[in-house]
Amino acid sequence: MPSPVIPESRSPVSRFVIEHSGQNPARCYQCGKCTAGCPAAPDMDMGPRQVMRALQLGMGREVLSCNSIWVCLQCQTCSSRCPKEIDIAKVMESLRLMAILEGHPAAEKNIALFNEVFLDVVKRHGRAYELEMGALYNLRSGHPTANARILVELVAKGRLALLPPAVRGVAKVRRLFDEAEAARRRVGREVRG
Amino acid sequence: MKQEARAPSEKRGGGQNTFSYYPGCALKSSAREYDISARLCCESLGIELRELADWTCCGASSAHATSDVLAVALPGKDLHAASEAGYPLVTACAMCFSRLKIAAHETADMATRTLAGDVSGNIVPVMHLLEVIDSRLASLVPNKGLAGLKVACFYGCLLVRPKAVAIDDAENPQVMDRLMRTIGAEPMPWAFKTECCGAGLPLARPDIVRRLSHRILLSAAAVGADCVAVACPECHANLDMHQAGMGGKHGGEVRVPVVYFTQLLGLSLGFSPYELHLDRHMVDPLPALSSKGLA
Ligand code: SF4
Ligand code: SF4
Repeated sequence: MPSPVIPESRSPVSRFVIEHSGQNPARCYQCGKCTAGCPAAPDMDMGPRQVMRALQLGMGREVLSCNSIWVCLQCQTCSSRCPKEIDIAKVMESLRLMAILEGHPAAEKNIALFNEVFLDVVKRHGRAYELEMGALYNLRSGHPTANARILVELVAKGRLALLPPAVRGVAKVRRLFDEAEAARRRVGREVRG
Repeated sequence: MKQEARAPSEKRGGGQNTFSYYPGCALKSSAREYDISARLCCESLGIELRELADWTCCGASSAHATSDVLAVALPGKDLHAASEAGYPLVTACAMCFSRLKIAAHETADMATRTLAGDVSGNIVPVMHLLEVIDSRLASLVPNKGLAGLKVACFYGCLLVRPKAVAIDDAENPQVMDRLMRTIGAEPMPWAFKTECCGAGLPLARPDIVRRLSHRILLSAAAVGADCVAVACPECHANLDMHQAGMGGKHGGEVRVPVVYFTQLLGLSLGFSPYELHLDRHMVDPLPALSSKGLA
Protein backbone atom coordinates (compact mmCIF):
# COMPACT_ATOMS: atom_id res chain seq x y z
CA MET A 1 0.00 0.00 0.00
CA PRO A 2 1.43 3.41 -0.85
CA SER A 3 2.38 5.57 2.10
CA PRO A 4 0.17 8.50 2.91
CA VAL A 5 1.78 11.72 1.79
CA ILE A 6 1.86 15.03 3.61
CA PRO A 7 0.07 17.61 1.46
CA GLU A 8 3.02 19.50 -0.01
CA SER A 9 1.37 22.86 0.08
CA ARG A 10 1.10 22.58 3.84
CA SER A 11 4.76 22.84 4.67
CA PRO A 12 8.03 23.49 2.91
CA VAL A 13 9.72 22.18 6.05
CA SER A 14 8.12 18.76 5.63
CA ARG A 15 9.12 18.82 1.99
CA PHE A 16 12.74 19.56 2.85
CA VAL A 17 12.75 16.85 5.52
CA ILE A 18 11.37 14.23 3.15
CA GLU A 19 13.89 15.14 0.47
CA HIS A 20 16.92 15.53 2.71
CA SER A 21 16.40 12.63 5.09
CA GLY A 22 14.72 10.23 2.70
CA GLN A 23 12.19 9.59 5.49
CA ASN A 24 8.48 10.22 5.28
CA PRO A 25 7.01 11.35 8.62
CA ALA A 26 3.53 10.45 7.32
CA ARG A 27 4.39 6.79 7.90
CA CYS A 28 4.64 7.31 11.67
CA TYR A 29 1.66 5.75 13.48
CA GLN A 30 2.37 7.55 16.76
CA CYS A 31 3.19 4.54 18.93
CA GLY A 32 5.57 6.63 21.04
CA LYS A 33 8.37 4.08 21.24
CA CYS A 34 10.88 6.71 20.08
CA THR A 35 10.03 9.12 22.89
CA ALA A 36 9.92 6.31 25.46
CA GLY A 37 13.58 5.52 24.81
CA CYS A 38 14.81 9.02 24.02
CA PRO A 39 17.36 10.07 26.65
CA ALA A 40 16.86 13.76 25.88
CA ALA A 41 13.03 13.73 25.85
CA PRO A 42 12.67 15.20 29.37
CA ASP A 43 14.65 18.22 28.20
CA MET A 44 12.77 18.69 24.94
CA ASP A 45 9.90 21.07 24.14
CA MET A 46 8.44 18.19 22.17
CA GLY A 47 9.67 14.61 22.14
CA PRO A 48 10.46 12.83 18.88
CA ARG A 49 6.92 11.43 18.56
CA GLN A 50 5.48 14.92 18.84
CA VAL A 51 7.98 16.20 16.29
CA MET A 52 6.77 13.55 13.86
CA ARG A 53 3.14 14.48 14.54
CA ALA A 54 3.86 18.17 14.04
CA LEU A 55 5.43 17.39 10.68
CA GLN A 56 2.37 15.34 9.71
CA LEU A 57 0.19 18.31 10.51
CA GLY A 58 2.36 20.67 8.49
CA MET A 59 3.52 22.61 11.54
CA GLY A 60 6.99 23.20 10.12
CA ARG A 61 7.60 26.58 11.72
CA GLU A 62 6.86 25.28 15.22
CA VAL A 63 9.27 22.40 14.72
CA LEU A 64 12.11 24.65 13.59
CA SER A 65 11.64 26.78 16.70
CA CYS A 66 11.61 23.94 19.23
CA ASN A 67 14.70 23.11 21.26
CA SER A 68 14.36 19.39 20.50
CA ILE A 69 16.31 19.61 17.26
CA TRP A 70 19.24 21.08 19.22
CA VAL A 71 19.28 18.87 22.31
CA CYS A 72 18.87 15.72 20.21
CA LEU A 73 22.05 13.79 21.01
CA GLN A 74 22.02 11.81 17.78
CA CYS A 75 22.16 8.69 19.94
CA GLN A 76 20.06 6.83 17.33
CA THR A 77 18.00 4.99 19.95
CA CYS A 78 14.76 6.13 18.34
CA SER A 79 15.81 5.03 14.86
CA SER A 80 17.02 1.65 16.02
CA ARG A 81 13.70 0.91 17.79
CA CYS A 82 11.02 2.41 15.55
CA PRO A 83 8.61 -0.37 14.50
CA LYS A 84 8.04 1.49 11.23
CA GLU A 85 11.77 1.67 10.63
CA ILE A 86 11.72 5.43 10.31
CA ASP A 87 15.14 7.01 10.82
CA ILE A 88 13.91 9.64 13.28
CA ALA A 89 17.44 10.76 14.19
CA LYS A 90 17.97 11.58 10.53
CA VAL A 91 14.74 13.62 10.55
CA MET A 92 16.07 15.54 13.59
CA GLU A 93 19.33 16.12 11.74
CA SER A 94 17.51 17.39 8.64
CA LEU A 95 15.45 19.77 10.75
CA ARG A 96 18.52 21.18 12.45
CA LEU A 97 20.27 21.65 9.12
CA MET A 98 17.22 23.39 7.76
CA ALA A 99 17.16 25.74 10.76
CA ILE A 100 20.82 26.53 10.09
CA LEU A 101 20.28 26.97 6.35
CA GLU A 102 17.39 29.32 6.98
CA GLY A 103 19.30 31.28 9.58
CA HIS A 104 16.56 30.39 12.07
CA PRO A 105 17.64 31.43 15.60
CA ALA A 106 18.75 28.39 17.60
CA ALA A 107 16.43 27.56 20.49
CA GLU A 108 19.56 26.38 22.37
CA LYS A 109 22.08 29.15 21.89
CA ASN A 110 24.85 27.50 23.85
CA ILE A 111 24.69 24.28 21.88
CA ALA A 112 24.96 26.22 18.63
CA LEU A 113 27.79 28.26 20.14
CA PHE A 114 29.69 25.16 21.21
CA ASN A 115 29.49 23.69 17.70
CA GLU A 116 30.66 26.98 16.24
CA VAL A 117 33.64 27.24 18.60
CA PHE A 118 34.58 23.60 18.05
CA LEU A 119 34.58 23.97 14.28
CA ASP A 120 36.45 27.32 14.39
CA VAL A 121 39.23 25.69 16.35
CA VAL A 122 39.39 22.67 14.04
CA LYS A 123 39.53 24.95 11.04
CA ARG A 124 42.41 26.87 12.62
CA HIS A 125 44.51 23.92 13.75
CA GLY A 126 43.30 20.92 11.76
CA ARG A 127 42.54 19.18 15.04
CA ALA A 128 40.61 19.91 18.19
CA TYR A 129 42.61 21.92 20.73
CA GLU A 130 40.69 21.36 23.96
CA LEU A 131 42.28 24.16 25.96
CA GLU A 132 41.43 26.81 23.38
CA MET A 133 37.93 25.41 22.87
CA GLY A 134 37.15 25.51 26.57
CA ALA A 135 38.52 29.04 26.94
CA LEU A 136 36.73 30.42 23.87
CA TYR A 137 33.47 28.75 24.77
CA ASN A 138 33.60 30.08 28.34
CA LEU A 139 34.36 33.62 27.18
CA ARG A 140 31.73 33.71 24.49
CA SER A 141 29.02 32.11 26.61
CA GLY A 142 29.66 34.59 29.42
CA HIS A 143 30.79 32.00 31.99
CA PRO A 144 34.54 32.55 32.12
CA THR A 145 35.12 30.31 35.13
CA ALA A 146 32.88 27.37 34.18
CA ASN A 147 34.50 23.97 34.71
CA ALA A 148 37.51 25.55 36.43
CA ARG A 149 37.77 22.61 38.84
CA ILE A 150 37.96 20.11 36.00
CA LEU A 151 40.48 22.21 34.10
CA VAL A 152 42.80 22.54 37.09
CA GLU A 153 42.60 18.83 37.79
CA LEU A 154 43.29 17.91 34.17
CA VAL A 155 46.39 20.08 34.09
CA ALA A 156 47.56 18.68 37.44
CA LYS A 157 47.21 15.15 36.10
CA GLY A 158 49.07 15.98 32.90
CA ARG A 159 45.98 15.28 30.86
CA LEU A 160 45.59 18.49 28.89
CA ALA A 161 47.75 19.33 25.90
CA LEU A 162 48.92 22.87 26.61
CA LEU A 163 50.29 23.65 23.15
CA PRO A 164 48.13 23.71 20.04
CA PRO A 165 48.39 20.69 17.73
CA ALA A 166 50.85 21.16 14.89
CA VAL A 167 49.58 19.40 11.78
CA ARG A 168 50.74 19.51 8.21
CA GLY A 169 47.91 19.79 5.74
CA VAL A 170 45.83 22.34 7.64
CA ALA A 171 45.40 24.20 4.34
CA LYS A 172 43.47 21.23 2.97
CA VAL A 173 41.20 21.22 6.01
CA ARG A 174 40.54 24.95 5.61
CA ARG A 175 39.67 24.39 1.98
CA LEU A 176 37.09 21.74 2.96
CA PHE A 177 35.58 24.23 5.40
CA ASP A 178 35.40 26.91 2.71
CA GLU A 179 33.79 24.54 0.24
CA ALA A 180 31.26 23.38 2.84
CA GLU A 181 30.46 27.02 3.62
CA ALA A 182 29.94 27.77 -0.08
CA ALA A 183 27.62 24.75 -0.34
CA ARG A 184 25.71 25.98 2.71
CA ARG A 185 25.17 29.41 1.17
CA ARG A 186 24.07 27.89 -2.12
CA VAL A 187 21.58 25.49 -0.55
CA GLY A 188 20.50 28.20 1.89
CA ARG A 189 19.52 30.46 -1.00
CA GLU A 190 17.52 27.63 -2.57
CA VAL A 191 15.77 26.82 0.70
CA ARG A 192 14.82 30.44 1.29
CA GLY A 193 13.53 30.56 -2.26
CA MET B 1 44.36 5.50 -8.02
CA LYS B 2 47.07 3.60 -6.21
CA GLN B 3 45.69 0.19 -6.99
CA GLU B 4 49.04 -1.30 -7.98
CA ALA B 5 50.76 -0.12 -4.82
CA ARG B 6 48.23 -2.02 -2.80
CA ALA B 7 49.50 -5.16 -1.29
CA PRO B 8 47.70 -8.40 -1.36
CA SER B 9 44.47 -9.11 0.43
CA GLU B 10 46.45 -9.51 3.64
CA LYS B 11 46.24 -5.73 3.96
CA ARG B 12 42.50 -5.51 3.50
CA GLY B 13 40.73 -8.08 5.58
CA GLY B 14 41.10 -9.91 8.85
CA GLY B 15 44.19 -11.72 9.98
CA GLN B 16 46.66 -8.95 9.34
CA ASN B 17 48.90 -7.52 12.01
CA THR B 18 49.52 -4.04 10.65
CA PHE B 19 46.98 -1.24 10.85
CA SER B 20 46.85 2.46 10.16
CA TYR B 21 46.05 4.02 13.51
CA TYR B 22 43.84 7.06 13.93
CA PRO B 23 44.19 8.29 17.53
CA GLY B 24 41.76 11.21 17.21
CA CYS B 25 42.07 14.55 18.99
CA ALA B 26 40.92 13.51 22.46
CA LEU B 27 43.49 10.71 22.73
CA LYS B 28 46.23 13.30 22.18
CA SER B 29 44.98 15.43 25.05
CA SER B 30 42.49 14.70 27.84
CA ALA B 31 42.27 10.98 26.98
CA ARG B 32 46.02 10.33 26.75
CA GLU B 33 45.69 7.34 29.05
CA TYR B 34 43.51 5.65 26.44
CA ASP B 35 46.11 6.18 23.71
CA ILE B 36 48.95 5.03 25.97
CA SER B 37 47.15 1.91 27.20
CA ALA B 38 45.92 1.03 23.69
CA ARG B 39 49.44 1.22 22.30
CA LEU B 40 50.87 -0.90 25.14
CA CYS B 41 48.21 -3.59 24.66
CA CYS B 42 48.67 -3.73 20.90
CA GLU B 43 52.43 -3.96 21.18
CA SER B 44 52.11 -6.77 23.64
CA LEU B 45 49.61 -8.60 21.40
CA GLY B 46 51.73 -8.24 18.26
CA ILE B 47 49.40 -5.73 16.62
CA GLU B 48 51.36 -3.05 14.79
CA LEU B 49 49.74 0.40 14.88
CA ARG B 50 51.16 2.87 12.38
CA GLU B 51 49.86 6.33 13.20
CA LEU B 52 48.26 7.79 10.09
CA ALA B 53 50.50 10.60 8.85
CA ASP B 54 49.02 14.10 9.25
CA TRP B 55 45.59 12.90 10.27
CA THR B 56 43.14 15.67 11.01
CA CYS B 57 39.94 15.94 13.05
CA CYS B 58 36.95 13.79 12.00
CA GLY B 59 34.63 16.74 12.79
CA ALA B 60 32.95 14.85 15.63
CA SER B 61 29.35 15.67 16.50
CA SER B 62 29.78 19.39 15.77
CA ALA B 63 30.45 18.94 12.05
CA HIS B 64 27.62 16.42 11.86
CA ALA B 65 25.29 18.89 13.58
CA THR B 66 26.24 21.78 11.34
CA SER B 67 26.88 20.69 7.78
CA ASP B 68 26.27 17.41 6.03
CA VAL B 69 29.07 18.26 3.59
CA LEU B 70 31.63 18.83 6.33
CA ALA B 71 30.40 15.77 8.23
CA VAL B 72 31.65 13.57 5.38
CA ALA B 73 34.45 15.72 3.93
CA LEU B 74 36.50 15.88 7.14
CA PRO B 75 36.64 12.14 7.84
CA GLY B 76 36.81 11.64 4.05
CA LYS B 77 40.19 13.36 4.04
CA ASP B 78 41.51 10.86 6.59
CA LEU B 79 39.94 7.92 4.76
CA HIS B 80 41.71 9.06 1.64
CA ALA B 81 45.06 9.09 3.46
CA ALA B 82 44.35 5.65 4.93
CA SER B 83 43.52 4.27 1.52
CA GLU B 84 46.85 5.55 0.22
CA ALA B 85 48.61 3.80 3.10
CA GLY B 86 46.70 0.63 2.26
CA TYR B 87 46.20 -0.84 5.73
CA PRO B 88 42.87 -1.22 7.50
CA LEU B 89 42.15 1.87 9.59
CA VAL B 90 41.71 1.30 13.31
CA THR B 91 40.70 3.78 15.96
CA ALA B 92 39.96 3.42 19.66
CA CYS B 93 37.61 6.40 19.79
CA ALA B 94 33.96 5.46 19.29
CA MET B 95 33.15 8.92 17.95
CA CYS B 96 35.95 8.90 15.36
CA PHE B 97 35.05 5.31 14.49
CA SER B 98 31.45 6.26 13.82
CA ARG B 99 32.27 9.37 11.75
CA LEU B 100 34.92 7.54 9.70
CA LYS B 101 32.81 4.47 9.06
CA ILE B 102 29.69 6.46 8.18
CA ALA B 103 31.79 8.60 5.81
CA ALA B 104 33.10 5.43 4.20
CA HIS B 105 29.47 4.42 3.59
CA GLU B 106 28.48 7.77 2.22
CA THR B 107 31.36 8.48 -0.13
CA ALA B 108 29.32 6.87 -2.85
CA ASP B 109 27.74 10.30 -3.07
CA MET B 110 29.41 12.15 -5.96
CA ALA B 111 29.35 15.60 -4.36
CA THR B 112 31.13 14.54 -1.20
CA ARG B 113 33.58 12.46 -3.20
CA THR B 114 34.76 15.48 -5.14
CA LEU B 115 35.23 17.40 -1.92
CA ALA B 116 37.04 14.76 0.02
CA GLY B 117 39.23 13.36 -2.70
CA ASP B 118 38.42 10.24 -4.59
CA VAL B 119 38.20 7.55 -1.97
CA SER B 120 35.47 5.44 -3.50
CA GLY B 121 36.20 1.94 -4.66
CA ASN B 122 39.46 2.05 -2.77
CA ILE B 123 38.34 2.35 0.81
CA VAL B 124 40.14 0.36 3.46
CA PRO B 125 38.01 -1.21 6.20
CA VAL B 126 37.37 1.03 9.22
CA MET B 127 37.54 -0.84 12.52
CA HIS B 128 37.22 -0.11 16.19
CA LEU B 129 40.05 -1.45 18.33
CA LEU B 130 37.58 -3.69 20.18
CA GLU B 131 36.90 -5.56 16.94
CA VAL B 132 40.59 -6.08 16.23
CA ILE B 133 41.19 -7.49 19.71
CA ASP B 134 38.00 -9.55 19.59
CA SER B 135 39.28 -11.29 16.45
CA ARG B 136 42.26 -12.57 18.49
CA LEU B 137 40.58 -13.67 21.69
CA ALA B 138 41.34 -17.33 21.00
CA SER B 139 45.08 -16.68 21.24
CA LEU B 140 44.92 -14.17 24.08
CA VAL B 141 46.59 -15.56 27.18
CA PRO B 142 46.57 -13.17 30.15
CA ASN B 143 49.63 -13.01 32.41
CA LYS B 144 47.51 -12.13 35.34
CA GLY B 145 43.78 -12.83 35.38
CA LEU B 146 41.56 -10.14 36.87
CA ALA B 147 39.78 -12.64 39.10
CA GLY B 148 37.00 -11.20 41.22
CA LEU B 149 36.81 -7.88 39.37
CA LYS B 150 33.20 -7.07 38.54
CA VAL B 151 33.05 -4.93 35.42
CA ALA B 152 30.07 -3.10 33.94
CA CYS B 153 30.90 -2.91 30.23
CA PHE B 154 29.55 0.34 28.83
CA TYR B 155 29.15 0.59 25.05
CA GLY B 156 27.17 3.82 24.73
CA CYS B 157 25.69 4.75 21.36
CA LEU B 158 28.22 4.94 18.61
CA LEU B 159 29.59 1.41 18.64
CA VAL B 160 26.17 -0.16 18.31
CA ARG B 161 24.05 2.38 16.39
CA PRO B 162 23.15 2.99 13.61
CA LYS B 163 22.88 -0.57 12.37
CA ALA B 164 24.75 0.07 9.12
CA VAL B 165 28.01 0.67 10.99
CA ALA B 166 27.38 -1.15 14.29
CA ILE B 167 29.98 -3.58 15.60
CA ASP B 168 27.49 -5.46 17.78
CA ASP B 169 23.87 -5.79 18.88
CA ALA B 170 22.15 -2.50 19.76
CA GLU B 171 20.46 -3.69 22.95
CA ASN B 172 22.76 -6.29 24.50
CA PRO B 173 26.21 -6.18 22.91
CA GLN B 174 28.79 -8.71 24.03
CA VAL B 175 32.11 -7.86 22.40
CA MET B 176 33.61 -6.14 25.48
CA ASP B 177 31.98 -8.63 27.84
CA ARG B 178 33.74 -11.47 25.97
CA LEU B 179 37.09 -9.74 26.34
CA MET B 180 36.52 -9.21 30.07
CA ARG B 181 35.65 -12.88 30.54
CA THR B 182 38.79 -13.89 28.61
CA ILE B 183 41.01 -11.87 30.94
CA GLY B 184 39.37 -13.38 34.00
CA ALA B 185 37.11 -10.50 35.04
CA GLU B 186 33.39 -10.83 35.63
CA PRO B 187 31.27 -8.81 33.18
CA MET B 188 28.02 -7.86 34.92
CA PRO B 189 24.62 -8.10 33.28
CA TRP B 190 23.07 -4.63 33.54
CA ALA B 191 20.45 -2.50 31.87
CA PHE B 192 22.35 0.65 30.83
CA LYS B 193 25.01 -0.78 28.50
CA THR B 194 23.90 1.14 25.44
CA GLU B 195 22.32 4.23 26.96
CA CYS B 196 23.54 7.69 26.01
CA CYS B 197 25.98 9.49 28.38
CA GLY B 198 25.09 12.96 27.09
CA ALA B 199 27.57 12.96 24.21
CA GLY B 200 28.97 16.35 23.23
CA LEU B 201 26.86 18.47 25.58
CA PRO B 202 29.03 18.78 28.72
CA LEU B 203 29.82 22.45 28.12
CA ALA B 204 26.52 23.65 26.66
CA ARG B 205 24.07 21.56 28.74
CA PRO B 206 26.01 20.04 31.65
CA ASP B 207 22.67 19.39 33.38
CA ILE B 208 21.68 16.89 30.68
CA VAL B 209 25.08 15.17 30.82
CA ARG B 210 24.91 14.84 34.59
CA ARG B 211 21.35 13.50 34.52
CA LEU B 212 22.14 10.86 31.89
CA SER B 213 25.55 9.82 33.17
CA HIS B 214 24.27 9.69 36.73
CA ARG B 215 21.60 7.11 35.94
CA ILE B 216 24.14 5.00 34.07
CA LEU B 217 26.49 5.02 37.07
CA LEU B 218 23.64 4.29 39.51
CA SER B 219 22.70 1.27 37.43
CA ALA B 220 26.31 0.02 37.42
CA ALA B 221 26.55 0.53 41.18
CA ALA B 222 23.25 -1.28 41.72
CA VAL B 223 24.58 -4.50 40.18
CA GLY B 224 27.70 -4.26 42.36
CA ALA B 225 30.22 -3.35 39.64
CA ASP B 226 33.70 -2.43 40.89
CA CYS B 227 34.18 -0.24 37.83
CA VAL B 228 32.67 0.76 34.50
CA ALA B 229 34.76 -0.03 31.40
CA VAL B 230 34.40 2.21 28.35
CA ALA B 231 35.68 2.33 24.77
CA CYS B 232 35.18 6.04 24.06
CA PRO B 233 36.90 9.18 25.40
CA GLU B 234 33.65 11.13 25.37
CA CYS B 235 31.83 8.51 27.48
CA HIS B 236 34.83 8.51 29.80
CA ALA B 237 34.84 12.28 30.23
CA ASN B 238 31.11 12.43 30.90
CA LEU B 239 31.06 9.53 33.36
CA ASP B 240 34.33 10.28 35.18
CA MET B 241 35.14 14.00 34.96
CA HIS B 242 31.60 15.11 35.66
CA GLN B 243 30.88 12.52 38.34
CA ALA B 244 31.74 14.86 41.22
CA GLY B 245 28.86 17.14 40.22
CA MET B 246 26.24 14.39 40.10
CA GLY B 247 23.64 13.41 42.64
CA GLY B 248 21.95 16.15 44.60
CA LYS B 249 18.41 16.70 43.43
CA HIS B 250 18.67 13.80 41.01
CA GLY B 251 19.14 11.23 43.75
CA GLY B 252 22.03 9.75 45.65
CA GLU B 253 25.71 10.44 45.29
CA VAL B 254 27.60 7.85 43.37
CA ARG B 255 31.28 6.87 43.28
CA VAL B 256 32.13 4.39 40.54
CA PRO B 257 35.54 4.37 38.87
CA VAL B 258 35.46 4.54 35.09
CA VAL B 259 38.35 3.01 33.15
CA TYR B 260 39.18 2.23 29.55
CA PHE B 261 38.88 -1.40 28.50
CA THR B 262 42.51 -1.18 27.34
CA GLN B 263 43.59 -0.35 30.89
CA LEU B 264 42.01 -3.55 32.21
CA LEU B 265 43.41 -5.56 29.32
CA GLY B 266 46.82 -3.97 29.99
CA LEU B 267 46.68 -5.00 33.66
CA SER B 268 45.98 -8.57 32.62
CA LEU B 269 48.93 -8.44 30.22
CA GLY B 270 51.23 -7.54 33.10
CA PHE B 271 51.56 -3.75 32.85
CA SER B 272 51.45 -1.77 36.08
CA PRO B 273 48.57 0.59 36.91
CA TYR B 274 51.02 3.47 36.56
CA GLU B 275 52.24 2.47 33.12
CA LEU B 276 48.58 2.37 32.13
CA HIS B 277 47.90 5.79 33.68
CA LEU B 278 45.22 4.31 35.92
CA ASP B 279 46.23 6.91 38.52
CA ARG B 280 45.13 9.81 36.27
CA HIS B 281 41.36 9.50 36.47
CA MET B 282 39.18 11.83 38.51
CA VAL B 283 37.49 8.96 40.36
CA ASP B 284 40.42 6.89 41.59
CA PRO B 285 40.11 3.25 40.49
CA LEU B 286 43.17 2.14 42.51
CA PRO B 287 41.35 1.35 45.79
CA ALA B 288 38.91 -0.96 43.98
CA LEU B 289 41.74 -2.60 42.06
CA SER B 290 43.97 -3.06 45.08
CA SER B 291 41.14 -4.59 47.08
CA LYS B 292 41.23 -7.38 44.46
CA GLY B 293 45.03 -7.58 44.59
CA LEU B 294 45.33 -5.96 41.17
CA ALA B 295 47.17 -2.77 42.08
S1 SF4 C 1 8.66 4.92 17.09
FE1 SF4 C 1 8.33 5.34 14.90
S2 SF4 C 1 6.14 4.91 14.54
FE2 SF4 C 1 6.43 5.05 16.75
S3 SF4 C 1 5.95 7.20 17.24
FE3 SF4 C 1 8.16 7.09 16.92
S4 SF4 C 1 8.44 7.57 14.73
FE4 SF4 C 1 6.27 7.08 15.02
S1 SF4 D 1 18.59 10.45 18.33
FE1 SF4 D 1 17.76 12.31 19.28
S2 SF4 D 1 15.54 12.04 19.18
FE2 SF4 D 1 16.44 10.03 18.81
S3 SF4 D 1 16.47 9.04 20.82
FE3 SF4 D 1 18.46 10.03 20.54
S4 SF4 D 1 18.25 12.07 21.47
FE4 SF4 D 1 16.17 11.25 21.16
